Amino acid sequence: MLSCPLSSKMGLRGRSHIKTEVKMSQKNDHTTIIKAHSGWQILDWSELLHYKDLLYFMVMREVTVLYKQTILGFSWAVIRPVLSMIIFSIIFGGLAKMPSDGIPYPVFSYTALVPWLYFSTAMTKSTQSLIGGANIFTKVYFPRIIIPLTPVLAGLIDFFIALVVVGVLMAYYSIMPTINIIWLPLLILIMIMTSAGIGMWLSSLAIQYRDIRFAVQFLSQLLMYAAPVVWPASLIAEKYGQKIHLIYGLYPMAGVIEGFRSALLGQLEMPWDLIGMGFISGFILFISGALYFKRKERIFADVA
Amino acid sequence: MNNIAIKVDQISKRYRIGSKVEKHDTLGGALASWLKSPLNNYKRVKKLSDFKSSAEDDIIWALRDISFEVKEGEVLGIIGKNGAGKSTLLKVLAHIIDPTSGSATINGRVASLLEVGTGFHPELTGRENVFLNGTILGMTKSEISSKFDEIVEFSGVEKFLDTPVKRYSSGMRVRLAFSVAAHLEPEILLVDEVLAVGDTGFQQKCIGKMGDVASQGRTVLFVSHNMAAVQSLCSRGILLKNGGVQTDAEIASVVKQYIVDVTTKIEQEKLSDRPDRQSGDKLRIRSVEFFDAETRSPINSALSGQAISIKIAFENLTNSAIGDVNFGLAFYTDHGSFLFACGSRPSGRTYTIQSGGGVVWCDIPKLPLNAGRVRFTVHCDTKKDTLDNVSDAGYLDVEMGDYYGTGLVPAKHLQGVFIDYEFRASNK
Repeated sequence: MLSCPLSSKMGLRGRSHIKTEVKMSQKNDHTTIIKAHSGWQILDWSELLHYKDLLYFMVMREVTVLYKQTILGFSWAVIRPVLSMIIFSIIFGGLAKMPSDGIPYPVFSYTALVPWLYFSTAMTKSTQSLIGGANIFTKVYFPRIIIPLTPVLAGLIDFFIALVVVGVLMAYYSIMPTINIIWLPLLILIMIMTSAGIGMWLSSLAIQYRDIRFAVQFLSQLLMYAAPVVWPASLIAEKYGQKIHLIYGLYPMAGVIEGFRSALLGQLEMPWDLIGMGFISGFILFISGALYFKRKERIFADVA
Repeated sequence: MNNIAIKVDQISKRYRIGSKVEKHDTLGGALASWLKSPLNNYKRVKKLSDFKSSAEDDIIWALRDISFEVKEGEVLGIIGKNGAGKSTLLKVLAHIIDPTSGSATINGRVASLLEVGTGFHPELTGRENVFLNGTILGMTKSEISSKFDEIVEFSGVEKFLDTPVKRYSSGMRVRLAFSVAAHLEPEILLVDEVLAVGDTGFQQKCIGKMGDVASQGRTVLFVSHNMAAVQSLCSRGILLKNGGVQTDAEIASVVKQYIVDVTTKIEQEKLSDRPDRQSGDKLRIRSVEFFDAETRSPINSALSGQAISIKIAFENLTNSAIGDVNFGLAFYTDHGSFLFACGSRPSGRTYTIQSGGGVVWCDIPKLPLNAGRVRFTVHCDTKKDTLDNVSDAGYLDVEMGDYYGTGLVPAKHLQGVFIDYEFRASNK
């Protein structure tokens, strides 16, 4: 559906493509080959690039619709982490006296809640996305990968709004950011990769096995307590030693959350061991998720 | 102009139909099956996409070895009964579902319209939805921007562009959605007839637009079971039957073949044994017969204006009575255009059907049909669910009769129905 007027005249040339494994070659000749597919394929980035406008409008739709007909609108992006922070500060900071690496507990937990809430929302919504989008993708063709990626990208708006409040809290507790703040984009990248990776995995499973839909809510809760949101990752090293600490780093959100604390609050060193491990496993999750999604893609419309 | 736009080569598509779930009468049996159910469910869901393992008994071939070519600029109609594979074929060519085997080569930009307004979100404004829907259909943002004014003008909803679509009337929504679709400029257009929903005016607009597209030398594939629309739009037709190509020829002969097929089916299969019905396991319609209302003798053909009685025989297959039952007949022309319907509920009658066989009569005091053959669908339901429904359940040949008692008819050559009316002279 490119806007090349010459296309159909050049049509016959495209027939030589028949034997190749090209799924949809929308080159200049606009020849589409439709056939049965099996096995693994890599994502067609050039096709995705052609549909960038669609991705943009899908994200816009997600963002605009989210707070439609609410009174507080985008304030919810701040209210959710702030309320969680208050509750956590009372229960874990106040009552349970959870250690917080010498950082005031409200800042300690809020800094973790910002990436955490992004991750859990993006993961949950992305998992549900194919089921919710079935009425679209059973009616028209476009790269299906756009569907699980949409909530992952749309969630960034809330994320950045919530991130601003970290600055407010830091000012209140007179915490100065350090040079480590330059690592924030890297941490955000790991965070997005991980969310997208899990989203692609779970959404393509959920469209066939709807149990995933229910399981993901429980999984999200479980993962929160596994992540250093209410407690510092330093506890792991203290209790179980460095080796286990390093293995724990395979959970990408561990590195991301501890990284956020170090990058923003600057009282701790950057946890490169956790971040490094997290980058590796987040990257693997992303690539394997894209591969698995692409493999399952052909059956979505059949099982939806 | 002789370039091939679409080449379909041996396309097949199989689906798995659900196999029956066991039922248990004992608590122990039910408990055991509940415990086993996750495993069974897993197998059942997995089988939807996995065809390697089991026997072929619950597999259906929605398409089987379909091959044909469409030349550039050709308007091809795909016809066939419900379940013949028309929509599946369209979805395969639209790249929505993958074929099980075979391949298709499409030369040119494709747009598929299986419904209008895909992706419309009620909370978004008309403007936002135009862009969203346009990009879903494969346009780029700049293409939409350049055509935006045209799209809006064509839809006639200028005033409400910044109103959320949920505040639109359904008519406005469809007009806006269709307007976006109408401004696609593909070389190949795949259209499903579900597009032609809505009021008659809108249907005309759709068909008119498709005619425009065709006359601009674009290739169109049009799926429908309205023979009149197909015949007026298409030059060539393909008749699908049980997932295969039965006839591929010039449109008139394909339509004729389709009508012959339907007639043969009606003549050869008893209504009570017809498998192509919805439901029919609680209450089953056995037969529909026509009688002359005065002589009470069965008739094979009727006259326009004749008083007839239609006998619907049925059987309640359950052991209990079914309450609040509605019976209905809907009449269509040979070409599939709707003529009129008779329903017992709208006319104020519903029935409680005891177990076993029974009969209801529908009296038409003055048959309003013009000469020709009409087909009918017979239907029976409660408010909650359909009990039985058979499309093309039978046909009735109508001979020219003296409907108005004057020996004259207003429009012999037009399809449609006669109605009673009166002319009056007036001084003013």
